[in-house]
Amino acid sequence: MELLIGQMFAGLSLGSVLLLAALGLSLTFGQMGVINMAHGELMMAGAYTAFVVQRSISDAGVSLLVSIPVGFLVGGLLGLVLEGLLLRRMYHRPLDTLLVTFGVALILQQAARDIFGAPSVDVRAPAWLQGNMELLGAPIPLTRLFILLLSLVCLAGLVLILRATPLGRRIRAVVLNRDLAETSGISSRRTDQLTFFIGSGLAGVAGVAVTLIGSTGPYLGTNYIVDAFLVVVAGGLGQIKGAVIAAFALGVLQSVFEFSTTASIGKVLILVLVVVFLQLRPQGIFSLKTRSLA
Amino acid sequence: MSTFLQSRWAAPAGLAAGALLLLVSAPAALSVFNLALLGKFICFAIVAVGIGLAWGRGGMLTMGQGVFFGLGAYIMAMHLKLADASLFGGSGVPDFMSLYGSGEVPGWWEPFRSPVVTLAAVVLAPALVALLLGLAVFKRRVKGAYFAILSQALAAAFAVFLMGQQATTGGSNGLSGFRSFFGFDLKDPANKLMLYSVAAVVLLLALAATRQLMHSRFGELLVAVRDQEERVRFLGYDPATIKTLTYVIAAVMAGIAGALFVPIVGIISPADVGVIPSIAFLIGVAIGGRATLLGPVLGALGVAVAQTSLASTFPSFWVYFQGLLFVLVIGFMPGGLASLPQLVSRLKRRRIERGGKGSATAPATHAPEPAHPAPATAANVPEEASR
Amino acid sequence: MRVSVTKRSLIPLAAAIMATAVAGCGSQISDPAAANSTTSGASSCVDTSGSSVKVGFINSLSGTMAISENTVFDSLSLAAEEINASGGVMGKQLQVISEDGASEPTKFAERAGKLIQQDCTAAVFGGWTSSSRKAMLPVFEANDALLFYPVQYEGLEASKNIFYTGATTNQQIIPALDYLAEQGTKSIFLVGSDYVFPRTANKIIQAYAAAHGMEVLGEEYAPLGSTEFSTIVNKVRDSKADAVFNTLNGDSNVAFFRQYKSVGLTAESMPVVSVSIAEEEVPGVGLENVEGQLTAWDYYQTIDTPANKKFVAAFKTKFGAERVTSDPMEAAYTSLYLWKAMVEKAGSFDVDKVQAAADGVTFDAPEGTVTVSGENNHITKTPRIGKINSEGLIETVWSSPQAVEPDPFLASYEWAKELAK
Repeated sequence: MELLIGQMFAGLSLGSVLLLAALGLSLTFGQMGVINMAHGELMMAGAYTAFVVQRSISDAGVSLLVSIPVGFLVGGLLGLVLEGLLLRRMYHRPLDTLLVTFGVALILQQAARDIFGAPSVDVRAPAWLQGNMELLGAPIPLTRLFILLLSLVCLAGLVLILRATPLGRRIRAVVLNRDLAETSGISSRRTDQLTFFIGSGLAGVAGVAVTLIGSTGPYLGTNYIVDAFLVVVAGGLGQIKGAVIAAFALGVLQSVFEFSTTASIGKVLILVLVVVFLQLRPQGIFSLKTRSLA
Repeated sequence: MSTFLQSRWAAPAGLAAGALLLLVSAPAALSVFNLALLGKFICFAIVAVGIGLAWGRGGMLTMGQGVFFGLGAYIMAMHLKLADASLFGGSGVPDFMSLYGSGEVPGWWEPFRSPVVTLAAVVLAPALVALLLGLAVFKRRVKGAYFAILSQALAAAFAVFLMGQQATTGGSNGLSGFRSFFGFDLKDPANKLMLYSVAAVVLLLALAATRQLMHSRFGELLVAVRDQEERVRFLGYDPATIKTLTYVIAAVMAGIAGALFVPIVGIISPADVGVIPSIAFLIGVAIGGRATLLGPVLGALGVAVAQTSLASTFPSFWVYFQGLLFVLVIGFMPGGLASLPQLVSRLKRRRIERGGKGSATAPATHAPEPAHPAPATAANVPEEASR
Repeated sequence: MRVSVTKRSLIPLAAAIMATAVAGCGSQISDPAAANSTTSGASSCVDTSGSSVKVGFINSLSGTMAISENTVFDSLSLAAEEINASGGVMGKQLQVISEDGASEPTKFAERAGKLIQQDCTAAVFGGWTSSSRKAMLPVFEANDALLFYPVQYEGLEASKNIFYTGATTNQQIIPALDYLAEQGTKSIFLVGSDYVFPRTANKIIQAYAAAHGMEVLGEEYAPLGSTEFSTIVNKVRDSKADAVFNTLNGDSNVAFFRQYKSVGLTAESMPVVSVSIAEEEVPGVGLENVEGQLTAWDYYQTIDTPANKKFVAAFKTKFGAERVTSDPMEAAYTSLYLWKAMVEKAGSFDVDKVQAAADGVTFDAPEGTVTVSGENNHITKTPRIGKINSEGLIETVWSSPQAVEPDPFLASYEWAKELAK
């Protein structure tokens, strides 16, 4: 029973990590069609932000809370630079964005290595996140609970922006029909920039979050990028709710597979499962009814 | 362009020149070690020919060629291991199996004792996997980014799977330490030369076959599918069949390249077949010019040479350089180096006509004119590839 | 449309080329025994006529393993510098040629070939992962060259072309198990990365446990580089084992220890013995996550010998006071000195003479005096169990009373008979 609850939470928690990593992607990839392979490296930038902030603010709790918005800014600004220098001339070549951003990812990894050194750095978890709370005898790690909550807050924030702000309306308009949106006076240029800023910023936040559970090193991003893309693809392009369901489904399934087989086989099963799933539903869990995509 | 390049003798002459260069000049000029290196690069170049066809001509971004390369390589490696084991060990059990496994050869290895089965499987296994995957994916009209990400996920899964099977695939060690190749002693420099020559000939054959294909009706349909899939469908062709067939051809080339890689390099490990090597296959193709015949080959060779000479001396510089190559070539010169002349002439033309952007896609979407051989037109990378 | 060149015009040409290519074949293997013994083809091209001699260093300076292997490269460089300052080897200065293994086995094999055939180095030093060693082994055997491999490994190997200066299993893993048994450990849980070393190590541990009445409550592997340990940690916690034996590699340790701690497991409630965490990894894992946990190695920076004080001081002077020294670094440093001693004993740089002279060569290493065993090309080492202290250094809590003879195939252990058949 204890183990069952522990495993259920492990699945949810893994799902929340996947969701955090994929939320930004579902904006930049799902809404804009940019296949940003450097998304993982934007996470890495967020993680190093947490490290740098902690060096100047020694209190781990305060520095974590400061790191989240700062990580968002750092990720977002890097994303803006990426978009402005490269991607904006490539919106009509989505496949090529994949390779260009892969090159960017290589450069960012090496830059991180040269700046911070090859060994991973230590980002301390605040005292109030160390340890766990008991749920029917099963230990629920506080760091993971925090990440779960953070992912839900980010999700809520994103949905709020998309649904209830003028910016959100513009984003949705551009996604549905870029030309028509332009005709009705929406600057698709500014909308693209803002969308990319938010998506990249979310990667930064995700990076700050994963410092609590894993290592902070130059190759942090490579651990998450394939999984994050799978979440977005399985969820359906341009579908935040699809990404949410896909993230938690993959998280829980991976925990189940891993528990009943081994971690390696579990990983293989998940990858194969997504491939098979996309055979059955090529458009993902939800599909956007639009002619402008895919 | 010179008229000779379009004459009927251009292709045989090019092939003969290539053969002369690869089979006579290179062995004469290079040391045994460097010749083996070139052999390895040639294996990458064979993969590149296939990618050029599938990606450059067909618009399918194959991010998982490592899977097919790995299939061919592992099948060949399994055969060599078994052959060595019965030739030298007597027990017939490859050394690593008795170290890490049960000491018995698993059933699915047994067929590869036979050289005939092995050679057939090197071709058929990648073909079969590509066929199934291609049919499944393209019939469902999965395309563009989806296909790229799916093939990448498969490469990831394949590498993780290989790594987990220590006892039967050698795990992260991979398979290595081959001593004979179909009865030939692998230490003998004459045999190394032979292996190199086989690789070089396979490359030339792949180029010849690809050229035929590009100039056939099929090749034109393929470009048409890349540029306007729907229109091809309306014309009564099934784009899925065309794409699947191309994908299979690219997979077979990768499989054969993998099978040659094993005796030439002497090792195959999961690190050679996963996500990163699969993407690395693409960069040379992009640099050389993905939609041309020779571009991918020259690009792949060039990148491999550069990597070998630069990476060891300046490891961190090489990573930056490689990253920059991706960014600059794909971001700013999607046609690769092969497009330079066209880029220049287009700029000239544009200056003469006017500075409009609307004409940018024209060369790619227009069907090749009858009197005009395909490369000049179809070689353009479509700017509206998969919108 | 005009298709000027038909297939027919190309295929015969290609076929002709193919035929010429295959015509130039070399020897076939008719007598395996003869082929077995010859180390044909590549005769040594090592040039020892000048005032210097070339040696090769092969380490991953890029890729995921660079984190660890850079440290080995540094200590090798230190040793070469010291040897050159004190007159070189047999009066010849060492000229170091460094190659990047790029964390890929295939790259290691290729670069090792270059160091031997192209650069004509007298000996090569380096390698870290088992896969890098396994990839290089056939290259060194085929060319009859020498590799000095400085990292603890899974044993079950003894090539006459490789000198193993790291610990084999009976100098690290078995002493660690002995220590646990002595502490009253009745059950253990095995956690490792999914590659050769952990899998082989765990096979040995299973055999040991079966023979010593210890219960193995679980054996779990995480893919290399994995940072997701919720499930594994849950299984570990649920097993209520007395101790965990950890063969995780690199960054996975960070995630594992963080998540281990976050489900309430501690060094007191369930100690973890790690065989891949050395001094330089502790800061990255986070001291607060591993303080008090156990490690099994043959060298720690804190060892109190004059040779070690000198080594640590020289290293810090060259690379900075904040740097630490670890077991693989020490083994690499020692390996260069051992090669020097072998060459001087042989009076020659020739591979066969060095091999013949190797047996019994000793060096007063930072870890204590080590002796080369000519029987299996390993060296004697003193196993030490350490505990990570509050400064991130590792204190010896137990050490073997005397140096342990290397036994890579565990031939002297009755319970291991099945393993090394």
